[in-house]
Amino acid sequence: MSSVAPAAGGVGVLPRRKFELVLAGMPRRRAAEKRFRLYGQIAIGLGLAFLVILFASIILNGYTAFWQTHIRLDVTLDAARIDPQGNRDPEALRRADYNELIRDQLRAMFPDVSGRRDRLALYGLVSNGASFDLRDRVLANPELVGQKIALWVPADDDIDMLMKGNVDRSVPESDRRLKDNQLAWVDKLAAEGRLQQRFNADFFTRGDSRDAELAGIWGAAVGSLLTLMVTLALSFPLGVAAAVYLEEFAPRNRWTDLIEVNINNLAAVPSIVFGLLGLAVFINFFGLPRSAPLVGGLVLTLMTLPTIIIASRAALKSVPPSIREGALGIGASPMQVMIYHVVPLALPGMLTGTIIGMAQALGETAPLLMIGMVAFIADIPKGIFDPATALPVQIYLWADSPERAFVERTSAAIIVLLAFLAVMNAVAVVLRRRFERRW
Amino acid sequence: MTKATLVAAAALAAAAVGAAHAQSSRDYISIVGSSTVYPFATVVAEQFGKATKYKTPKIESTGSGGGIKLFCQGVGVQHPDITNSSRAIKSSELETCAKNGVKEVIEIKIGYDGLSIANSNAAKPASMTRKEVWLALAKEVPNPKGDGFVANPYKTWAEINPSLPNAKIEVLGPPPTSGTRDAFVELVMDEGCDQFPTVKALKKSDAKKHKAVCQTVREDGAFVEAGENDNLIVQKLAANPNAFGIFGYSFLDQNRDKVQGVAIEGVKPEFDAIASGKYPVSRPLFFYVKKAHVGVIPGLKEYVGEFVSTKAIGDEGYLSERGLIPMPAEERKKVMANAAGMTPMMAK
Repeated sequence: MSSVAPAAGGVGVLPRRKFELVLAGMPRRRAAEKRFRLYGQIAIGLGLAFLVILFASIILNGYTAFWQTHIRLDVTLDAARIDPQGNRDPEALRRADYNELIRDQLRAMFPDVSGRRDRLALYGLVSNGASFDLRDRVLANPELVGQKIALWVPADDDIDMLMKGNVDRSVPESDRRLKDNQLAWVDKLAAEGRLQQRFNADFFTRGDSRDAELAGIWGAAVGSLLTLMVTLALSFPLGVAAAVYLEEFAPRNRWTDLIEVNINNLAAVPSIVFGLLGLAVFINFFGLPRSAPLVGGLVLTLMTLPTIIIASRAALKSVPPSIREGALGIGASPMQVMIYHVVPLALPGMLTGTIIGMAQALGETAPLLMIGMVAFIADIPKGIFDPATALPVQIYLWADSPERAFVERTSAAIIVLLAFLAVMNAVAVVLRRRFERRW
Repeated sequence: MTKATLVAAAALAAAAVGAAHAQSSRDYISIVGSSTVYPFATVVAEQFGKATKYKTPKIESTGSGGGIKLFCQGVGVQHPDITNSSRAIKSSELETCAKNGVKEVIEIKIGYDGLSIANSNAAKPASMTRKEVWLALAKEVPNPKGDGFVANPYKTWAEINPSLPNAKIEVLGPPPTSGTRDAFVELVMDEGCDQFPTVKALKKSDAKKHKAVCQTVREDGAFVEAGENDNLIVQKLAANPNAFGIFGYSFLDQNRDKVQGVAIEGVKPEFDAIASGKYPVSRPLFFYVKKAHVGVIPGLKEYVGEFVSTKAIGDEGYLSERGLIPMPAEERKKVMANAAGMTPMMAK
């Protein structure tokens, strides 16, 4: 600097020297600029690479769960055995021994299997749920009794894994879950065209099961939906009301400052803490039922409220003051200004915040653990008081199951959860695009 | 806006009324407890829900201790009807139960669970004694030169016993919150350390020190707490042939193509060996029923009946397929009689 200062009087020379100095430094600055951009690109590239690896591994692991190996059995629905009275009484039809019918059919297909142990192995080819499927079909359509029907029943999960190539036939028989004779039967069935990979509709319509081939995601999905409904019904009105009051009406003093700091802090509290709170307040004090979506929804409301309040306040802040002043100027009351002018304009932002809060709530497991929603629940919940689980809980439970076939179910459940999240986030983006106003 | 608030208020009011209603009755069985019994109880519950007109029971996996705590909180529909446990209930827990009004508790034993130490199929089959396992995993071991204890000096298995593999000691096991860990400490570590006369003598002179010496697991990286997920341990074993893992027999049974059991005192963890009691590391599994709820909660008695039936816990019952080790026939008969009569436990 000192060399430049004394020459300030000389007009023509110095700018030229300065210019050269700047020029000389240019390549370095350009390179630095390039490097700076490159760092950003590397960061994005790495992030994308991890995302691709994650998605690829989940999808590759999970897509096979959308197909399930079925076995075709030609079952004779012997009227004398299912309905001895012949009056098609639903209660009698319900109590008939369908398992025996299926076993008879299996024995007829493999007449040379003898011995108790071998027979049990033979019956094991077919899922435990097959007899209940058959029962439900007969109950739905009693005219089937007396006919011979072709029935596609789910194969046992071990067979399913074999057909999907997840079982290594080369390991010694003692180390395999499927023995040599079972492999031979499966090969015979496959050769006769009695084995088929069919779309696994059960996965989307059934509740949880300990038999992997019968386990479905629907129970957990309904549980998640009910929980989110409770959360939305409570957190949206509460959050918006709180935001409107704090942003537009509340006086600025120590109390409102304190409230504001606390709301911001709450947004960062680990979710398990809300679970403990829910257990202490909603279950132990108010005596609400354990494992119910109602309690889950209440707990998740506590968790999403700060997110919604913060997003709603940001949306209110972005409405220009001229709108408020204009409305006030033509004689609207402050409440009318809010209801007819400011809130409608801020609504897209509020909804976006709400949906993002909901998406967060959809992925939570930790608080649900404390209030008993991490449980084995096979029946599909019918209301907010029935015991229920949620999608992420189902993933957690399946990941912990010993049976091999649950590995692909776990990934498939993750795919379903991700699809839900993607849809919710897409809705948030569309809302913002369509209704957002710029000033 | 006013409409919306009205609707919300109405919904809240309805919720409160509904809650009061929901709590006055419950039409499904509520079960809590051990994560070891969970895979068996869920199978029974599902079978029960499908085959009968009752709803499928709800089962939470809370761990044995957590389950008993919930179970003992009182009588009434908001408290669970059954708790599963991978150990017998303690007398102190029964006292808590009684204090909260849970006076009559029915104990039902369902069978045995083998605890296995396993390594990858790619490694050589190994055989250990409980003493060797303790030496490999204890934080402090008796000083080989004389009295006193030193921090565990063993780095490889071969240093403990030359016939064991010459590889770094690396054992993956469950964390302290797990019932499997409790059982491992009780059945392997405690047994192993008492084979040293000096340690055994400590039991009488300084029980606290004895407990600390026997049960404290080393923290220098040889024992890795792998979390509650046993599938993860199996995967890690398959990837690393030098490592050993600790988990329940059902996981070994499901993954025989990847891992093999280590023989303990010369006995491999096989179905027959555990059932006959030859395999030393096995524990009984139980569930406890609240007698005051029998007849109040629909289907409770029938669920217990399904659980103790021969088709469930018999020698070839559907639970044995899942890895539960059945009881000898005579013991089972006693359990069935007990369950049929709903005989509560005698006060200890």
